[in-house]
Amino acid sequence: MARLHIDALNKSYGETQVLIDISLSIEDGEFLVLVGPSGCGKSTLLRMIAGLDAPTSGDIVIADRKVNALAPAERKIAMVFQSYALYPHMDVRKNMTFGLKFTGVAAAERDRRVAEAARMLRLEPLLQRYPRDLSGGQRQRVAIGRAIVREPDVFLFDEPLSNLDAALRVSTRVEIARLHRLLKATIVYVTHDQIEAMTLADRIVVMNQGRIEQVGKPLDLYYEPANLFVAGFIGSPAMNFFPATVERIEGGAAHAYGASMAPLSLPAGALKAGDELTIGVRPEHMTAGGPGAFAASGIVELVERLGEASYAHVRRADDKMMVAEIRGRDTPSPGESITFGAPADDVHAFDASGRRLDPKMIKIA
Amino acid sequence: MLKQRGETLGVHIILVAYSLLAIGPILLVVMNSFKTRKAIFGAPLAPPDTTTFSLIGYYKVFNASHIVTYFANSLIVTLVSMALVLLFGAMAAWALTEYKFRGSTALALFLSIGIMVPIRLGSVAIVTMMRKAGLNDTLTALILVYIAQGLPMSIFILSEFVQQIPKDLRDAARCDGVPETRIFFEVIAPLLRPAIATVAVFTIVPIWNDLWFPLILTSSDSTHTITLGVQQFLGQYITDWNSVLAALSMAILPVVAIYVIFSRQLISGLTAGAVK
Repeated sequence: MARLHIDALNKSYGETQVLIDISLSIEDGEFLVLVGPSGCGKSTLLRMIAGLDAPTSGDIVIADRKVNALAPAERKIAMVFQSYALYPHMDVRKNMTFGLKFTGVAAAERDRRVAEAARMLRLEPLLQRYPRDLSGGQRQRVAIGRAIVREPDVFLFDEPLSNLDAALRVSTRVEIARLHRLLKATIVYVTHDQIEAMTLADRIVVMNQGRIEQVGKPLDLYYEPANLFVAGFIGSPAMNFFPATVERIEGGAAHAYGASMAPLSLPAGALKAGDELTIGVRPEHMTAGGPGAFAASGIVELVERLGEASYAHVRRADDKMMVAEIRGRDTPSPGESITFGAPADDVHAFDASGRRLDPKMIKIA
Repeated sequence: MLKQRGETLGVHIILVAYSLLAIGPILLVVMNSFKTRKAIFGAPLAPPDTTTFSLIGYYKVFNASHIVTYFANSLIVTLVSMALVLLFGAMAAWALTEYKFRGSTALALFLSIGIMVPIRLGSVAIVTMMRKAGLNDTLTALILVYIAQGLPMSIFILSEFVQQIPKDLRDAARCDGVPETRIFFEVIAPLLRPAIATVAVFTIVPIWNDLWFPLILTSSDSTHTITLGVQQFLGQYITDWNSVLAALSMAILPVVAIYVIFSRQLISGLTAGAVK
């Protein structure tokens, strides 16, 4: 196991810049998740760590060794693909040992590693089977097994759960978390699913349009998103945003008004009259009729009942929608007029460029 | 429903008619090869019966000519050409789709020109070349020509199949540390098996049946192929039809055998389970 360091990495295809100035440090044994919408460059980044794509500029360092010019096999990485990429004409055992033959692992050692991986992944009864005879979940376990037997410095996962159905996805997710604890492996994991990212990661890297938007622990991203993009991407349902304008500064407080919310005052700080703001509140922090620094009202259009909670979709004064989570059996009915409040602690404010304002500002107000 | 059934019937009528058209002459050749000379001319469409049945053609072919040598020559030329066409064709197809290098597009274009230009246009040049290379009247000359003849189409078809192989498999093998040549021979080639079988079948048929190149490139009995060998029974004044038909009937067998062997490889869904 080893540290992984990425320094000022750029990738462009002709004019199109896919990755822009990516720098990242991944600690030994860390589970790092790259998350972002499709086309944000997360898979490209992973492929470059693997050595399947070459960066346009920048360095990749694995275990204090610059690997830019090394072939994938020499980097001591193992990759698990979204499509599993099992060799269809080889049985499970052969699938796992095929690569080892070429990296000079003795037969006895190969057998030992396969036995160990098979035990860990409960693949023993499947060793003689061919990929076509396996279910999706089993195939993915074989693919993970093939990575484990290589005993790599870094594991790379490229959306490994995307092809599985919902139930299997949950159980395989737990499996991967268990393996990470067991192997104490350094893992870089790519996904577009923020729930996977939140549940698995030690740290999450949120990417968008080839750039890193924010790096942080799952709950830090949730409670302290650096900008509008991260705020909207992490959390489900997504955060509600309310446009607002600073009307005046009065006695160290900025008074912000928006068509879709009650007037809100926050400490002036660097704000000045006329500044555009975006106020963000998560659905789970909005309480019907609840008091707080923040209030917004509208007409209920739809209520989704999930059991432990219900989501009220509410049309606001500016004709956009907001979502609020409602606990318990007491749900509003469509057509009802309703007002939600949120405590100052849970209200985020973003400036015109999308950057989040100092959280302390709102708390004081 | 009724319309659909009518369509099916129509398709079947066309297919049956086409099959009869294709099989008819072969049947006629095989049937008549078992008849006496008189019966061949007397009732060419009648199957052999007790009075007309005769093995005289086969007897003459085996005794009076180098038929075994011809057969061996045909087999050697066909199988060696086929093997090399498949090997080089698959390797070129892989290289052209997998590695982008300076001039790869031009090279692909150059290789596909062979599909459009018939190799026989170059007959004179080929004869001169072979003579200068000292390969005149050798099986090697034939094999070289047939490789050139078969390669363009096989590269073209195999490239299509190579593109269908999931790229993740190649990437997985690279991450696994499998050398590039082994990736080709142990991951890609096994998955190309159905395509290779297809290409094999229609590479060998024209080679086996070819009369032209043996005619202009070989001159001695020891290098004649079966199709050329049969010609010695066809005279300007007398044609030994018994022998011609017997030799032709036998010449069909190896191609049929090879076809049967390869057609068993034409199973689809060989990549099942690789991805998804």
